[in-house]
Amino acid sequence: MANIPADLKYTKSHEWVKEEDGLLVVGLTDFAATALGDIVFIRLPEAGEEVTAGESFAEVESVKAVSDVFSPATGKVAEVNEALNDAPEAVNEDPYGAWLIKIAGTEATDELLDASAYEAVCAAEEDA
Amino acid sequence: MELKTPLYDVHIAEGGKIVPFAGYLLPVQYKTGVVAEHMAVREKAGLFDVSHMGEITFTGPTALKTLNHILTNDFTGMKTGRVRYSVMCNERGGCVDDVLVYKFGEEEYLVVVNASNRHKDYAHMAANVLEGTEIRDISDAVAQVAIQGPAAPAIMAKLLPAESIPQKYYTAIREVKIDGMSCMISRTGYTGENGYEIYTACGNAENLWKTLRAAGEEYGLIPCGLGARDTLRLEAAMPLYGHEMDEDITPLEAGLGFGVKLGKEEFIGRDALIAAGEPRRVRVGLAVTGRGIIREHQDVFIGDELIGHSTSGTHCPYLGKAVAMALVDAAHAATGTAVEADVRGRRVAAEIVPLPFYVKKDQ
Repeated sequence: MANIPADLKYTKSHEWVKEEDGLLVVGLTDFAATALGDIVFIRLPEAGEEVTAGESFAEVESVKAVSDVFSPATGKVAEVNEALNDAPEAVNEDPYGAWLIKIAGTEATDELLDASAYEAVCAAEEDA
Repeated sequence: MELKTPLYDVHIAEGGKIVPFAGYLLPVQYKTGVVAEHMAVREKAGLFDVSHMGEITFTGPTALKTLNHILTNDFTGMKTGRVRYSVMCNERGGCVDDVLVYKFGEEEYLVVVNASNRHKDYAHMAANVLEGTEIRDISDAVAQVAIQGPAAPAIMAKLLPAESIPQKYYTAIREVKIDGMSCMISRTGYTGENGYEIYTACGNAENLWKTLRAAGEEYGLIPCGLGARDTLRLEAAMPLYGHEMDEDITPLEAGLGFGVKLGKEEFIGRDALIAAGEPRRVRVGLAVTGRGIIREHQDVFIGDELIGHSTSGTHCPYLGKAVAMALVDAAHAATGTAVEADVRGRRVAAEIVPLPFYVKKDQ
């Protein structure tokens, strides 16, 4: 079973979210990283770009396939984890440490799940 | 409805992640993941289930003549125990499939075809077979595993005496007994690495897998899935049907001229290939110089001019960089040419490079 920390919030599309110093920190869950397999490239937005709740803000490529990453909130990209440009595999190794972006000025957020609700989403997908 | 290979239960027990492929349920990877499986084959050894491949026998007094009629390569003078690559063309010179041909005797051959094309191939063969040749699809009775990597010869040497192991690339030995199981061992593969493909009856598959796994353990052999099979063949620039070739791409465009003998008296597709003359588009290698990954079916440009499209592409684990193969206008195919691929609306820079991307080190 995938690691789902209790102190984070989640989206149905497998992003994790936490609030830190007034910013929303966004990453990919362990479940998503495991499903994608070995991640070899991440296309990130630039600081200052607008993101919209429920819309793609990044692409994650594994050796097998490319997947979109969806923004949990509408706002502006305050910070980008540039270290992922050279070491995208960090998302596989430490999905809850390797954040992708931090969002500022959050207006609307997508529906966020707590850990137990997200665990149910993962379980349903595993059975599918 | 997908079929299971005789090794399906083994894949589940080994932790394989099962996906449908060419009508079969096969592991795309095991718990180790595509990168580790790819690296194992380059540096140690990997074991693959390739039981989905199709096998069709050609027997009878005109078997050689039939093969020379329906396939592009020339099998005249081929020695027993040899293996030869060929393309099978349609009348327009397009590729029906690419195949391996084994010679077991003057009137006895085995043709190994892609799983996805098995039924189409058999129909094409049956429609064009000459009188005096009998063809039979024995795919459902045959299991095949591939053991690939620099340690593969040492692992086989633990199980068999030297005379039972084919020493030369593209040779095969029949009637070899591994742990009492009757096998055919072929020094071939789809990884660009040293190795063997082992054919046996379906009932032996599970025991053969376990025997090879046990023998390979001390050498770092791990099971490998379809994901690594694809990245390995791509790194070695081996063509895959449906990507580098199809019914509308000729083997000459696909860079497979070495397996096309236009000097032969006749074969299906020969007239069309000769009439077409020098190919107007050719298969090239692309090394990504920008940021991103070029995959299949992405348009390739020089400035605003569309010069072709990519046929396969990924991030290659051993080379540590993104590469692709593409079919481009012959006029723009020179090594060193700077191009761009349209990757979901974004241009990714690349350079035309010689194929293959990876050549194995001398061992």
